[in-house]
Amino acid sequence: MKIAVCVKAVPDAAGGRRIDPATMRLERSGELTISEFDTYAVEEGLRLKEAAGDGEIIVVSMGPERALDALRKALAMGADRAVLVTDEALAGSDLLGTSKALAGALEREGAEVVLFGQQSADGGGACLWSAVAEHLRLPVISQVSELELVGSVVTGKRQTEFGYDTIRAPLPAVIAVSDAINTPRYPSLKGIMGAKKKPQVSLGAGDVGGAAGTGTTVEGLSAPPPRGDARKIDDDGRAAEQIVDYLVEKRLI
Amino acid sequence: MSKTLVFLEHHEDAIQKSSLGVLTRAAQLGGDVAGILIGSGVSELGASAGEYGAATVWIANDERLAPPLPQPRVDVLAQVVRDEGYDTVLFAQSVLTADVAAALAVRLEAGLNWDLTDLTAEGIGTRPALADSVYVDVGWSTAVRLAIFRSGTFDATPVGGSAELKEVTVDLEDFSTLAEMVEQAHAVQQGPSIEDADVIVAGGRGLGEPEKFVLAEELAQALGGAVAATRAVVDAGWYPYSAQVGQTGKSVAPKLYVALGISGAIQHKVGMQGSTVIVAINKDPNAPIFEFSDLGVVGDLHAIVPRLTELVRARRG
Repeated sequence: MKIAVCVKAVPDAAGGRRIDPATMRLERSGELTISEFDTYAVEEGLRLKEAAGDGEIIVVSMGPERALDALRKALAMGADRAVLVTDEALAGSDLLGTSKALAGALEREGAEVVLFGQQSADGGGACLWSAVAEHLRLPVISQVSELELVGSVVTGKRQTEFGYDTIRAPLPAVIAVSDAINTPRYPSLKGIMGAKKKPQVSLGAGDVGGAAGTGTTVEGLSAPPPRGDARKIDDDGRAAEQIVDYLVEKRLI
Repeated sequence: MSKTLVFLEHHEDAIQKSSLGVLTRAAQLGGDVAGILIGSGVSELGASAGEYGAATVWIANDERLAPPLPQPRVDVLAQVVRDEGYDTVLFAQSVLTADVAAALAVRLEAGLNWDLTDLTAEGIGTRPALADSVYVDVGWSTAVRLAIFRSGTFDATPVGGSAELKEVTVDLEDFSTLAEMVEQAHAVQQGPSIEDADVIVAGGRGLGEPEKFVLAEELAQALGGAVAATRAVVDAGWYPYSAQVGQTGKSVAPKLYVALGISGAIQHKVGMQGSTVIVAINKDPNAPIFEFSDLGVVGDLHAIVPRLTELVRARRG
């Protein structure tokens, strides 16, 4: 069984994040790391492979060339090889461009299961999988907190605002897992040592059907309005009364 | 003149308040504003959309649309947008609409901006970024514009109109019906839903133990509000996921948000900082929540909250 896991290399959160005022894009120049949410998808892929007894896990990503370093964490966890779509022509892609490029890379692989994490750790809209599934014309189940694969039918328990939906789909299918689904393993020392030797391939825009235009623009940046007269008090035994006074003053009770 | 279509999500025979909020905003912006209801047996709901400013409500009624799955909804929306020439399609953020809007963007080759907190008549959206430390003005470069708004961004305000209901012929793609609903296990809602509540009392780890959520519940009841929870306590099994506020839960924007024993991690902050007034009680004077609270109280919530509940009850009679 072939399992593709789509991951994103994001700036290390420890470095702090900012928007470059010149390009009005998220600054991504620092150290990149695999988005934490995506490690749940990698883990679920590993579990599916282990349950099936055999299979291949391909990590698929789009980003700058140095994103390969970040993909190595997935390889260290146990994924078999990595495919990175990287091309200057794809820089600044929005949902339309990113989903097309990923779908192009996935089409070359023909995986039976395509896994995503529930959102990216930076600027994520939590919807890329659905756009990719639309390109591939495959069924999609998102926010999956439990996944079961029997034969060629996958069943996912989906968290919604209202509770849980259980949804079934035939393979091939696109599945976005939530971070409630498992606890991702730490890479073993052997895994880390072996990761560099695993196949890592870069694809250009031409390999994945060309770059798509963007559908969205950034027109400007501004500072959010400040909060008004914030107050902070230490409880001297009268805090409850003070809160009530405040709520009355604000006409909230 | 712009032609706007608002996706009206519904659950248990009512249109979601956040969808009606988006419809209210669309009607304020002007132009030709319609709503669309997709499901089975949804005709009855059409009239209420008219009250919130839709001149037309498209009704797609089909057994196959009964379960709230995204892909068949994309087929219906794409068809209506193309046939009727809508240039703007608006959604209120939810688990369902994220999937619907993203696939629709691909189908229509339309730009999609999400997590917006406003949209102007000139077609510029406001998107708070980096934990809302900066506001980004976003636009579209495509003929059709798609947008998802944060839930709770707009108040749903009836304007007393009435809508013309029009049936849509449902024609679904083969791949759109491959995913099937096996079972829906929906928690019974206790008290008002947090997305619709004007007052929310939220509890975090600082409550100490699951049984202490009763403090939040009693205060919420006294204030006529709903109870929410942080991700930490939901993960720990103290409170149901349906009450979770934050990045991986719901975004809420009540008039009053009372945070009990919540440190104020960014994950939580992004889900509630749109609240009009934030009151926080926490024993740690350095808790980040005090940086974005209107009234911060450093103290023991176990001593303060029961007294506060009593005082509020007495005041409200």
